[in-house]
Amino acid sequence: MPSDSAPQTELTESSVPHEGPGVVLDDRAIQRSLMRIAHEIVERHDDLTGLYLVGIPNGGVPLARRLAANLREIADVETLLGVLDTTLYRDDLVSRGERPPLRRTEMPSAVDDRIVILVDDVAHTGRTIRAAMDALMDFGRPRAVEVVALVDRGHRELPIRIDYVGKNIPSQRSEKVVLRGASEDFEAPLEVVLLPGAGGGAVEGRGEGA
Amino acid sequence: MIGRDLLGIEDLERGEIELILETAERMKEVGRREVKKVPTLRGRTIVNLFFEPSTRTRTSFEIAGKRLSADVVNFSTSGSSLKKAESILDTAKTLDAMDPDAVVVRHQVAGVPKQIADALDAPVINAGDGAHEHPTQALLDLLTVWEEKERVDGLTVTIVGDILHSRVARSNIYGFLKMGAEVRLAAPPPMIPPGVEALGVKSYTSLREAIDGADVVMVLRIQKERLEGAFFPSIREYAATFGLDRAKLRYAKDDAIVMHPGPVNRGVELAHDLADHRPSVILDQVRNGVALRMAVLYLLAGRAPKDGEPAEEER
Amino acid sequence: MSRILIRGGRVLDPAAERDELADVRIEGGHVAAVGAQLDAQGAEVLDASGCWVTPGFVDLHTHLREPGQEYKEDIASGGRAAAAGGFTSVVCMANTQPVNDDPSVTDYILDRARQDSPVHVHPVAAATRRLEGGVMTEMSALVEAGAVAFSDDGHTIMDSGVMRRVFEYSRLVARPVIVHAEDRTLVRDGVVNEGPVSTRLGLPGNPAVAEAVHVARDLMLAEVTGAHLHVAHVSTAEAVDLIRRARNRGLHVTAEVTPHHLTLTDEATLGYDPNTKVAPPLRSAEDVRACREGLVDGTLDAIATDHAPHAVHEKEVEFTAAPPGLIGLETAFAVVMDLVRSGELTPLQLVARLATNPASVIGLGAGRLEEGGVADLAVVDPERSWTYDPAKGFSKSRNSPWAGRRLAGRPVGTLVGGRLVYHVDRGVLVP
Repeated sequence: MPSDSAPQTELTESSVPHEGPGVVLDDRAIQRSLMRIAHEIVERHDDLTGLYLVGIPNGGVPLARRLAANLREIADVETLLGVLDTTLYRDDLVSRGERPPLRRTEMPSAVDDRIVILVDDVAHTGRTIRAAMDALMDFGRPRAVEVVALVDRGHRELPIRIDYVGKNIPSQRSEKVVLRGASEDFEAPLEVVLLPGAGGGAVEGRGEGA
Repeated sequence: MIGRDLLGIEDLERGEIELILETAERMKEVGRREVKKVPTLRGRTIVNLFFEPSTRTRTSFEIAGKRLSADVVNFSTSGSSLKKAESILDTAKTLDAMDPDAVVVRHQVAGVPKQIADALDAPVINAGDGAHEHPTQALLDLLTVWEEKERVDGLTVTIVGDILHSRVARSNIYGFLKMGAEVRLAAPPPMIPPGVEALGVKSYTSLREAIDGADVVMVLRIQKERLEGAFFPSIREYAATFGLDRAKLRYAKDDAIVMHPGPVNRGVELAHDLADHRPSVILDQVRNGVALRMAVLYLLAGRAPKDGEPAEEER
Repeated sequence: MSRILIRGGRVLDPAAERDELADVRIEGGHVAAVGAQLDAQGAEVLDASGCWVTPGFVDLHTHLREPGQEYKEDIASGGRAAAAGGFTSVVCMANTQPVNDDPSVTDYILDRARQDSPVHVHPVAAATRRLEGGVMTEMSALVEAGAVAFSDDGHTIMDSGVMRRVFEYSRLVARPVIVHAEDRTLVRDGVVNEGPVSTRLGLPGNPAVAEAVHVARDLMLAEVTGAHLHVAHVSTAEAVDLIRRARNRGLHVTAEVTPHHLTLTDEATLGYDPNTKVAPPLRSAEDVRACREGLVDGTLDAIATDHAPHAVHEKEVEFTAAPPGLIGLETAFAVVMDLVRSGELTPLQLVARLATNPASVIGLGAGRLEEGGVADLAVVDPERSWTYDPAKGFSKSRNSPWAGRRLAGRPVGTLVGGRLVYHVDRGVLVP
């Protein structure tokens, strides 16, 4: 897999110590990462009023919500908060058997001239981000699109750059990295776990109970 | 979870109905967007095979397919294909050679979608066959009731009119029963199908008794030409005994809704003002039709021949 | 003339109430001897161990389609199918094209049968001209030509006045009048049994009462006219009951029931297979039970196939458009063996209903297995398991609800006039 040009994604299994199976981020570590990302967002943008945080279900939704709360806390800014399901934009529907269930999409306003920050739990092949960007374009013409991922586990298959990464977690393709606890109850504690591969393909990241 | 074809509600399990309704709920959001089109079925071909004219249903499937970016081909014949001595299997084989990803079949004779499905590789969606089933209509009716009442379980649903010849009634009987509702039928006795109680419904000859305490009153279209004089004496007598108006509706629950699969014979089965205003939800039914059919096409069209696990996403 | 020794079979002759292991020696077209350990005397030996040796079956209700619809069946193919089913005589219905309402057509059928058919063919002539239910046919001339009974079959005579005259006139020729009892004004467009199944299928129902109404009418007319009424393919409990009561009153009424009405219910139609569409339709489980009881207690005399061939393309259409009927000659024995396996009929009683009784309904000197009698015999293996594939059968048509089904019980040899015309391993041997 050729690594793309973005420095954030230069992850190889030899350069970074490999995490063992188990919890790799607990709720406090997640919260710390999201606070750091909030600061990075504030640093990067002069004008925060046009920000539109869009969570990709299921995992991205509570993360976007927490991120919005963090921004409110550190910069006293109210961001728009949306939910964008990417299922209908996936590139692998035709080749498979049963169709995956659709998830919620709630975009409270158009994205025209806004800076949209897509929030996902685990960045991996880049295909979900690609689908999310296509979906986003159906809601208007954003001024810019940036991407937050709580975890980046590498193995990119598309030239997708993650702008804000909570933690790089090198992993085997066969392993799974999942965000647990993502539910409609946004107060529920979250944790990221690395699961040993069952010998199947690279699959992960729908959030436990998706 | 869901089979290859959608031939009738009789074949579905409750979980499958719920999956379709939940999917339709998501599809409704797509319909509210400014760009009402998603690329999901790009490069897929859906054939609308209509042996019986039905602008409403065909258009609804066509819009649904197009919103999912499928190519929709209308293959309408006037039902005379068979008079031209083309057998159903010939039609099916001809279609199969065109390699469609889904075939939507409407026919005036019960069972034809099943016969075509047996001969085709592509999934077949029944868009109404004779007096047998009209599954997508029942599903959109369920969706409408679900949205209105936030449940189906425990509701009382009364279906009024020509049950005997109605595919909508049959599909709704199966659908509402499977979703936990009580289903009652009301019609002049010749229009109550023989042995219908075996399906788990109760039939009434008194409209008042049938709608007493009902949450939903579903009124069926009366085909005057076919029925008058043979199944009831006159339209006037039918309208007086089984036509629904606000006075008769008082026996139903205060928040009862009125449904009709359309098109309405105003003043026959349904009073004029009931057709247009609350508690009638007829236009909601139509709106839900597109989203529901998008859901069905999403779940069935172009699926790999063998059922597999849900595709796991590679992020 | 060939000489055959059928060795080691279970000889079943209902007429003589014979049921024993014995050999049967055939010479000169006749049964020369029946007994234990017969000497072959140089005859060809047919091993019948494990098999039944019975009088050849007689089918009271067959559609051979010739003349006129040879693409469905003809006398040669239908005759071969009959031979493969253990039948040595078939009674063929008059709805050919042209209709068998004229001695010339009867002559034609019999002439073709002599040349082409391995089994005996006995034509039924129409009761009214062109089966139109109006003008009576020339029954006397038709009987002289060889007609054995009169029937408009599926073109049920709706005019009760005409029906009465047909019954009256039939006494002149002393032949049975066979009726397909269905009131068409009640049937209307019905294609499946009316009830929960028709409701589920959404197909127009054919109510059981349509049959009962006409059976009642025809019993009354037969009673006042003194005619011999034969009720074809009884399918309903009500009809069985009416016939039972009429017989108890001493009416000259006989009746038949088909293998499908004895074993299949309307639920067989739930998949919309047009090969399950038949007239009268497959009925409810209670009707099937009543028909079986009627067959057991003698209310219904005979099993008849109503073998009704239709071409594949005619059945590959909508259920409502498909012609009613199914083929049954080659599967009849296996299907009705169900009544022996269930204990409802003894082997001897089953053979009576397949051979002896139908022969006596039309006054045929067949259906017996006695020394000196004509050697029309069937050798059937009651256990033999086989998968029925209509494409490999002898009928030209394939419209069978048993296609692809595993069946148990199969004719292994059929003899007509002392000649082996069918052998399960060798096929049809003559003509």
